[in-house]
Amino acid sequence: MTAVATKQLGHLDRLESESIHIMREVVAECERPVMLYSSGKDSAAMLHLAIKAFYPSKPPFPLLHVDTMWKFKEMIVFRDRRARETGMELLVHVNPQGIEMNIDPFVHGSKLHTEIMKTEALKQALDKWRFDAAFGGARRDEEKSRAKERILSFRTAQHRWDPKSQRPEFWRLYNSRKGPGESLRVFPLSNWTEADVWDYIARERIPVVPLYFAKVRPVVNRHGMLLMLDDERMKLHPGEVVEYKRVRFRTLGCYPLTGAIESAATTVGEIIAEMRDSRFSERQGRLIDHDGATSMEQKKQEGYF
Amino acid sequence: MHGVVVDSSPSRAPSAPPPIEKPILRFLTCGSVDDGKSTLIGRLLYDAGLAPDDLLVTLEKDSKKHGTQGDDLDFALLVDGLAAEREQGITIDVAYRYFATDQRKFIVADTPGHEQYTRNMATGASTAELAVLLVDARKGILEQTQRHSVIVSILGVRHVVVALNKMDLVGYAAETFNAIERDFRAFAEHLRFASITVVPLVAKDGDNVVNRSAHMDWYRGPTLLSHLESAAVGDASRIAPFRMPVQWVNRPSHDFRGFSGFIAGGNVQPGDIVRILPSGRDARVARIVTADGDLARAVSGQSVTLTLAADVDVSRGDVLASPVSPAKVGDRLHAKLLWLVREPLVLDKSYLLKLGTKLTPAFVKEATSHIKIETGLAEPLGEGGATLAFNEIGEVELWLDSPVACDRYIENRDTGGFILIDRVTNETVAVGMVQEATSTSRGANGLPESSYASMEGLPQPLARPWRHMPLRSLIKALSWRIPGSLVTFAVVFAFTKDAQISAAITATEILAKIALYYLHERLWTRLHIGFENNDAPPPPDEEGL
Ligand SMILES: Nc1nc2c(ncn2[C@@H]2O[C@H](COP(=O)(O)OP(=O)(O)OP(=O)(O)O)[C@@H](O)[C@H]2O)c(=O)[nH]1
Ligand SMILES: [Mg+2]
Repeated sequence: MTAVATKQLGHLDRLESESIHIMREVVAECERPVMLYSSGKDSAAMLHLAIKAFYPSKPPFPLLHVDTMWKFKEMIVFRDRRARETGMELLVHVNPQGIEMNIDPFVHGSKLHTEIMKTEALKQALDKWRFDAAFGGARRDEEKSRAKERILSFRTAQHRWDPKSQRPEFWRLYNSRKGPGESLRVFPLSNWTEADVWDYIARERIPVVPLYFAKVRPVVNRHGMLLMLDDERMKLHPGEVVEYKRVRFRTLGCYPLTGAIESAATTVGEIIAEMRDSRFSERQGRLIDHDGATSMEQKKQEGYF
Repeated sequence: MHGVVVDSSPSRAPSAPPPIEKPILRFLTCGSVDDGKSTLIGRLLYDAGLAPDDLLVTLEKDSKKHGTQGDDLDFALLVDGLAAEREQGITIDVAYRYFATDQRKFIVADTPGHEQYTRNMATGASTAELAVLLVDARKGILEQTQRHSVIVSILGVRHVVVALNKMDLVGYAAETFNAIERDFRAFAEHLRFASITVVPLVAKDGDNVVNRSAHMDWYRGPTLLSHLESAAVGDASRIAPFRMPVQWVNRPSHDFRGFSGFIAGGNVQPGDIVRILPSGRDARVARIVTADGDLARAVSGQSVTLTLAADVDVSRGDVLASPVSPAKVGDRLHAKLLWLVREPLVLDKSYLLKLGTKLTPAFVKEATSHIKIETGLAEPLGEGGATLAFNEIGEVELWLDSPVACDRYIENRDTGGFILIDRVTNETVAVGMVQEATSTSRGANGLPESSYASMEGLPQPLARPWRHMPLRSLIKALSWRIPGSLVTFAVVFAFTKDAQISAAITATEILAKIALYYLHERLWTRLHIGFENNDAPPPPDEEGL
């Protein structure tokens, strides 16, 4: 055993290796894992890691998209394209009660929309297919309550998270034991930062939704946020005008809840440069995070990812 | 904000990444409750210019609502992210923060000081290379400071920075600093830290955190951040012998069978022989398969898939190891244990033990000693049912239902650390560190193996047991035979004065006795007559003939 004794693993190599290890542990120990796939950049990186983790096999789990009916159109197109290209099975779930109630974030507000179309819908989907472990692309650097969460995060049969009594987690040893009905949320990207994800997307040439790149788009300035008119369901308030601005998105979610930023970045390299100089955090453009000082934690306790 | 002028902040990373990548530093903050751990991390991020503007706006609002600092910012609120933490003003669970300066990338785990949440502190310590131990200058070394020091030490964190905080409340006095430094060094004598650095600071105001204090001219050492930026911590797993716990058998089709795992020590190349443990069979590595193509070599820290040249039985829970210094196989472990839950350890109760990728039922036969928090030293317990209570540390004898391949924890964290899981509640009830593994069924797995202590250059204190190889017996026979035969020749020649007869007799004797000695030697390697304890590995060579 001689030769290149000095090969150093880089930062991204280590992160990649850790994420792969986490996915393999969960697949080996859980009965019905699933990967939540929103088609955002974190999902894109996570799917790429899954393909690497199980190569030459296909990742032994399906993708699940919880559709709120208010996602950007381009996200849905991209989602279906990636599922086709990778050959992964894609499950889509929409909360039927939400459709019946005709939930509209412009009318009902972000809180109710998120509760019914995301949190409730996710729980329904996990119960419907009886998944006992769900991979999610959340990172600890995103938000202060996420910073507290374990890599394997235990959920009761009611999908509740108890942040005050999490299982301790040592080294690379994960305790995936659970009782009937209980489940795990698994975060293979826990230790990645936003910059790491973009560096990795650049290095591995991972395709991402075009909404991340700057382009002239129709936007409305509402409560200090630039909302993009993605379809005719968005009605202008009195006094509002549609402007055409060169914008892009730093995170993606439901279009009525996601603010665009003005930018000229049209390549991954330019996005990285812009991000490093930014004085703002990634989730600044997310409306739902600001419903209350600890609103993310509360949503998570109720079963939100 | 008083006291400190923010001059040249190291600021956020520039657009162009630095040319040489410095290894990331993983550290934790620990110490007694309210000593200022979270405040320190919040202040560090703030002074280094690493807190985004929108978070600072939120911090200002939060400080007015929950803060303990009147109109000033309460930096702890940058890290104490749970509602209960903000209400109670304490940390409950670990917060992980990621930041980078021009010099280096960091992952910090801000852990709780409250004794009730010791297990969360241990969680943060298990992956750290350096500990920042907070001490309140007014209070000095408290019991909880000692407990955290001991936990950090047994988890193998080798570098400690004592952050002597709240110097503002003791008039920035050098005497206080000197006295507490003396106390800590005396206390830590047995904890085997590779380095101890003491920094006096005021976390609240930022003195000696990122910027030098204007109040402590007498202190000539580095600020906390510059010490962290330059701290050298080694990655010992790179020089450890090859280890890969098998996570998953990769079988996409009938003609591919790969073994996926994370390399937890050493390196591997196609053509290398690996030993499959516990079974003890050897096999040659055929390929190192990754989605980016086959590798010519893989190193510690990489997740890979190996294929073997022979069709051998390998499954999850097995360890592929270097045959030169394989992992130890045993079903009895002597280990250190930190008990994590309120229900005390129950002797003889069946728990699940997870070590590497192996899960097996196990029970604690006996708790042999407690580790005293005040000294860090083990104190023997008498026979008869002593157990471990919440947050206690001790040494125990574990009996496993099936053998595991493992290393001593000080040699390899990945193959030497384990957890115990309650079979009913599924809670993680204990975290353990292997000190010694032995086997009750040597006949079955047949491998009294040596282990290998290259990790962090620690000397190997154990006598190394050896396995007798046929080649070794043969060489021994030759080295004994050659001088012996020369003597035979000389003696026969002295009697007969006939070189030809002497040569013939010598030659015959050589062949006959080499064969005889070889057979004799092989026979003796199979017998254990005269060994005191059948559990112990056989001693090295016994000189004979
Ligand atoms: N005077 C003074 N007060 C400080 C200093 N650092 C922290 N404090 C105060 O000490 C209190 C406790 O600070 P925290 O940062 O929450 O302490 P902690 O160590 O994180 O506490 P736990 O995580 O609950 O163990 C707060 O009121 C801080 O404002 C300091 O340098 N000087
Ligand atoms: Mg704290």
